[in-house]
Amino acid sequence: MNATALQDVPPPRETQESYLQDGFSLRSWLLTTDHKRIAILYLASITAFFFIGGSAAALVRYNLLVPQGMIHSAETYNRLFTMHGVVMVWFFLVPAVPVTLGNFVVPLMLGARDLAFPKLNLFSWYLFILGGIVVLYSLFTGGVDTGWTFYTPLTTAYSKGHVVATVVGIFIAGFSSIATGLNFIVTIHRLRAPGLTWFRLPVFLWSLYATSVILVLATPVLAMTLLLLAFERIFHIGVFDPAFGGDPLLFQHLFWFYSHPAVYIMILPGFGIVSEIIPAFSRKPLFGYSFVVWASIGIAVISFLVWGHHMFVAGTSLLSALVFSILSYMVAVPSAIKVFNWIGTMHKGYIHFDAPMLYALGFIGLFTMGGLTGLFVAALAADVHLTQTYFVVAHFHYVMVGGMVSAFFAGLHYWWPKITGRMYPEMWGRAGALTIFIGFHLTFFPQFILGYLGMPRRYHAYPPEFQVLNVLSSAGTTILAAGYLLPLAYLTWSLLRGERAPANPWEATGLEWKTPSPPPTHNFTVTPMVDSAPYSYPTPGSRHRHE
Amino acid sequence: MNETFLPHEFQYASAEHQSQTAISGMWLFLASEMLFFGVLFLSWIFCRHWNPVGFDVGGGQTEMILGTINSVLLLTSSATYTAGTRCIEAGNARGLIAFCVITALLGLTFLGVKFGLEWHGDLDKHLFPGPDFAIQGAARAGAQLFFVFYFVSTGLHGLHMVAGIGLVAWILWRARRGDFSAAYSTPVSVVGLYWSFVDMVWVVLYPLIYLVGRSP
Repeated sequence: MNATALQDVPPPRETQESYLQDGFSLRSWLLTTDHKRIAILYLASITAFFFIGGSAAALVRYNLLVPQGMIHSAETYNRLFTMHGVVMVWFFLVPAVPVTLGNFVVPLMLGARDLAFPKLNLFSWYLFILGGIVVLYSLFTGGVDTGWTFYTPLTTAYSKGHVVATVVGIFIAGFSSIATGLNFIVTIHRLRAPGLTWFRLPVFLWSLYATSVILVLATPVLAMTLLLLAFERIFHIGVFDPAFGGDPLLFQHLFWFYSHPAVYIMILPGFGIVSEIIPAFSRKPLFGYSFVVWASIGIAVISFLVWGHHMFVAGTSLLSALVFSILSYMVAVPSAIKVFNWIGTMHKGYIHFDAPMLYALGFIGLFTMGGLTGLFVAALAADVHLTQTYFVVAHFHYVMVGGMVSAFFAGLHYWWPKITGRMYPEMWGRAGALTIFIGFHLTFFPQFILGYLGMPRRYHAYPPEFQVLNVLSSAGTTILAAGYLLPLAYLTWSLLRGERAPANPWEATGLEWKTPSPPPTHNFTVTPMVDSAPYSYPTPGSRHRHE
Repeated sequence: MNETFLPHEFQYASAEHQSQTAISGMWLFLASEMLFFGVLFLSWIFCRHWNPVGFDVGGGQTEMILGTINSVLLLTSSATYTAGTRCIEAGNARGLIAFCVITALLGLTFLGVKFGLEWHGDLDKHLFPGPDFAIQGAARAGAQLFFVFYFVSTGLHGLHMVAGIGLVAWILWRARRGDFSAAYSTPVSVVGLYWSFVDMVWVVLYPLIYLVGRSP
């Protein structure tokens, strides 16, 4: 960490108040339209949801310590993993990066004074909270035992839980996602600083742009699907009921038309964060900027064409399965381009192993394993064996939890000085990154083996020969939980006792570092001008600058 | 028109900048709405494909006269709202107010016909899916599925109409307050986009409900 480098920064005006000092009342927070304060509101909310969803996961792993199950009721177990899935997917993974880090830094990176529609931004937070309260109410007053995928006819005819209330909560939260995505797209189009052309945008903005396109175009599909599901559950006649000429497979098509792109809603912002951090801590321009940009757009486009791979064994035709299998393989191309470009960026770089970089490196490792195992399940024959086993559970947790949550922490540590005006304790940050990396592998690697050996998902009991691997996995969970509690503790501590952060503690490029930490309410006193490419880190010995 | 004298929010460079942004925001919202209704239309056509007889029998029970009257009302309301937009662009605030009143009244009449007459009659004829469903025989199941789509789609379209009438009333209120002029009428245009979109949804619904089942 280099706390002395301020040469790029105009002298901060002593008289200017930071956004944190602009009102201290509860009202000044709950009715704010400042994107930075809304980011903080969201950060507090998703942290709460993360620990609720995480507690449910911990209980799931606790149950699986012994073959017959520590919790003796399969019903309770079903409700726990549904709660874990619903809360984590819709109230943490999907919104996490866009609404917190995105909300905070998008206008700053653009040199703008706020998002295009600040009131819509606040409204989206209220929708999110309302949806969250409805879902938590239904999960704590009996719960749902259907899994987060809500497959019919289980949900419409047989399940006894609060299905309607839960899907209504998700429906409401979906509109919060649409509002955020819409706001980002319009802001990136309309509020770029003078000289900030499309190909001078930092990759984080490109990846949030791609994410927002999916949010705006895929979320309404889920909304209508859940509405039809609720209708069928209430009136016992509906679109997904074969007794009336409907089709349960139609539900799966519509559900995955949203939910597969949603996987990229979760991971694309992570790609963006890592693309900011790797150049900053390697002191080199991002290798192959335009390839990384087009890979983001490519992933967003292809994400809409691969949903059928969730239904290889559900009775779709062989032809459609073949086409979806090939299209799913295609996602590997832009994903691999990104990984190679990050590695290319680090090559011969002057690498600093600060906590954001450690988290980002962890992301690359975990995401690569998650991505490569994705190829196994995209293969038709292998998927017939692996589907509905712990292999799939391990695969998507490597991407979503190992990948996305690591990237979220990377970004949180990277921008923490900007957000709070305080430095986090560096040694604790590094310890947290390592603990999460180790705990994650110990939790999820055994699940690959369990799945390969044939242990199915979603059962509360298992044959005794799987016990050793399950105990390993549950033991890993305790390390992982400690790894997640560490940042909660030291980041909270740093709010009060952390060293004061300079405007640009990492000597990073990007407009967000050219304003004081924490930024004033209107971000910039003078609208910045941009006249160069992003990531123009001076590299001694390099022959050319990136364009 | 000199926009530099017009007020704008702090994050924009000018009122023109703000106005263009608001319009692009509404277009994007409508793109999202298209996917929302698109799922309904797709599922409708898919289910119809597998149940042609049931959907024909169900469609035959709908009130084509009322549906046609409503189509005329709704298309006319889009025309009157657009006329109001043209009025304010020419600086005629009284014209905008008058056309907003006509548009809202046409919209309310649509809702009256749709829910007061048509739904009421449908429910009296036991056309709501369920154990009391009126149509018997082989077509019973498919016809019930048709009426699932009928009630969900007209209900959602009706909710969009209610929101639209609320927005037109808001424009009316602001126009009476003197907010709009030849130089500034962005909210009027933004609401117009939404109103026309709700109209377009009906243009798809009308043949799906009333015409397809009646084709020879």
